[in-house]
Amino acid sequence: MAQATTSTNNAPVIQAEKVSGPWRDAWRAFRRNKIAMAGLIMIVFFVLIALLAPVIAPYDYKAQELADRLKPPSSEHWFGTDDLGRDLFTRVLYGARISLWVGTFSVVGSIILGTLLGILAGFYGKWVDMIISRMFDILLAFPSILLAIAIVAILGPSLQNALLAIAIVNIPTYGRLVRAKVLGLKNEEYITAARSIGMKDSGILLRHILPNSLTPIIVQGTLGIATAIIEAAALGFLGLGAQPPAPEWGKMLSDSRQFIATAPWTVVFPGVSIMLTVLAFNLMGDGLRDALDPRMKN
Amino acid sequence: MIQPILQIEDLHTHFFTDRGEIPAVDGVNLYVNPGEVLGVVGESGCGKSVTSLSILKLIPQPPGRITGGSILFKGQDIVAMKEREMRSIRGNSISMIFQEPMTSLNPLFTVGQQIGESVRLHRQFSKKEAREHTIDMLRRVGIARPEAIIDEYPHQLSGGMRQRVMIAMAISCSPELLIADEPTTALDVTIQAQILDLIRRLNEENGTAVMMITHDLGVVAEMCHRVAVMYAGKVVEEGSVHDIFKNPLHPYTQGLIKSVPRMDEDRRRLFSIPGNVPILNTELTGCRFAERCENVMPVCLEKLPELQECESAHSCRCWLHETPQEEVV
Repeated sequence: MAQATTSTNNAPVIQAEKVSGPWRDAWRAFRRNKIAMAGLIMIVFFVLIALLAPVIAPYDYKAQELADRLKPPSSEHWFGTDDLGRDLFTRVLYGARISLWVGTFSVVGSIILGTLLGILAGFYGKWVDMIISRMFDILLAFPSILLAIAIVAILGPSLQNALLAIAIVNIPTYGRLVRAKVLGLKNEEYITAARSIGMKDSGILLRHILPNSLTPIIVQGTLGIATAIIEAAALGFLGLGAQPPAPEWGKMLSDSRQFIATAPWTVVFPGVSIMLTVLAFNLMGDGLRDALDPRMKN
Repeated sequence: MIQPILQIEDLHTHFFTDRGEIPAVDGVNLYVNPGEVLGVVGESGCGKSVTSLSILKLIPQPPGRITGGSILFKGQDIVAMKEREMRSIRGNSISMIFQEPMTSLNPLFTVGQQIGESVRLHRQFSKKEAREHTIDMLRRVGIARPEAIIDEYPHQLSGGMRQRVMIAMAISCSPELLIADEPTTALDVTIQAQILDLIRRLNEENGTAVMMITHDLGVVAEMCHRVAVMYAGKVVEEGSVHDIFKNPLHPYTQGLIKSVPRMDEDRRRLFSIPGNVPILNTELTGCRFAERCENVMPVCLEKLPELQECESAHSCRCWLHETPQEEVV
């Protein structure tokens, strides 16, 4: 195993440090990756912004100051104002809350359901696998944003429904990933060994299969947050996600697109925010993949 | 006569694949007496491992299935047992050591967590009791500093250490039967001797019966009381270690013994039995070894010989040693 070879090389070092587990080793590898660390720092930064938005924000994100419509960035309004005279800096700060919230929770939702279905399909095989895998195929047959639009159209446009739609759309991604991983793990000798000491299926699933399927889920989940943020922004842009006056970045883009020539700051700041958060999650996801995936180790 | 602890009768384990039904274990008869070390020898692909997995009912299903016969463990038929009953036997009364110590441990947990599992399952030990018991077990399998090793992860241990860990895991509920499936194949020679020594000590001190699966006749000579030679899913010869080595009856056994390299003879080339184990299917007739046998006779190709007692406690499945007038049904 790749893990074994990397670690036996520096066995004496580990001995001295005493604490060395698979997760610690991964963290050590991750820390060495500067780009991934940059991603992590950006994410921490955005999370802080989201949490502290009410403290940092100079204005109320709903407060309209019609006299100050479409004001360019100034010391008073750092990012300028929008067509209703709302402070864009404040709105972008609050927007981080929405995007991170939607991104994280939709991914958590898809991971929980996807992992559950994937494990069942991979572990029990036969007709269970047939049914679950065909369900995934059907979901994947639709372009994801189209499917999300359809789901929101049925449920009615709102941020919660957008989140739900994004979660549903992404279930197969995780489901298939976990299923493939479980199929491989099922034939590992330590699974047979666990059976040979009398462990139950449920115990084997929880103690052996699930923890060992975790790494690809973590990697995919991090990258998935980026996708989910974009999808949420897209739904917001189409008017199917967050409803006014919620300061959702995608919604802000669509509200201001008619002023793109006259007041470019109204689209630049929300647009750049989307880009940076997505970039941060992608960088961190790539770094996690390098740190966690044994095939990437040499 | 002593009641055997394990008695396998006419066991059939078949695999149902795209290429048809493969009788990997094709009517095996074996028994293990209490406190005895039985060696099961044969080439790769002759059904040794499938036999051992069948005993614990760990055959992957599908494609495999036990299609016939019985496995009596202390008089109870394992083949008929439900999964629940099976689980209370696995790791408790019968346990198994695997070939690859590198892959038989979960990389994400410490060895202590994994060894402790079986007493927590079968003896309802608390975490603390399990830990003490595990340290005890590690000491018994000859691991120095068990208090430190218990918290290490598998990748921090050497192959020999891992195999000791596997053995500790297997014996932690004091099983009555230990199945060792080529426990030393993946280890280097010096470690091999230590592991074999350990298994023998467990056998002698605790009276644990051992079924030793191996392709290494050296291991058999050193460890076993009795030997069963398997070929193509069948037992072809069975007897005491002494009889098998002194007076091998089946041409396959003779070939195996001849192919062990010897220091006292100056031979340029090592002997090997020509040919390969035949591809098994259900339509084979005649002796499975006929194609590779140097004493092949017309009858060998037509009819399968029966396993017959040729000398006292020494049986063989070969037409050479069968009374010719006897009609096989």
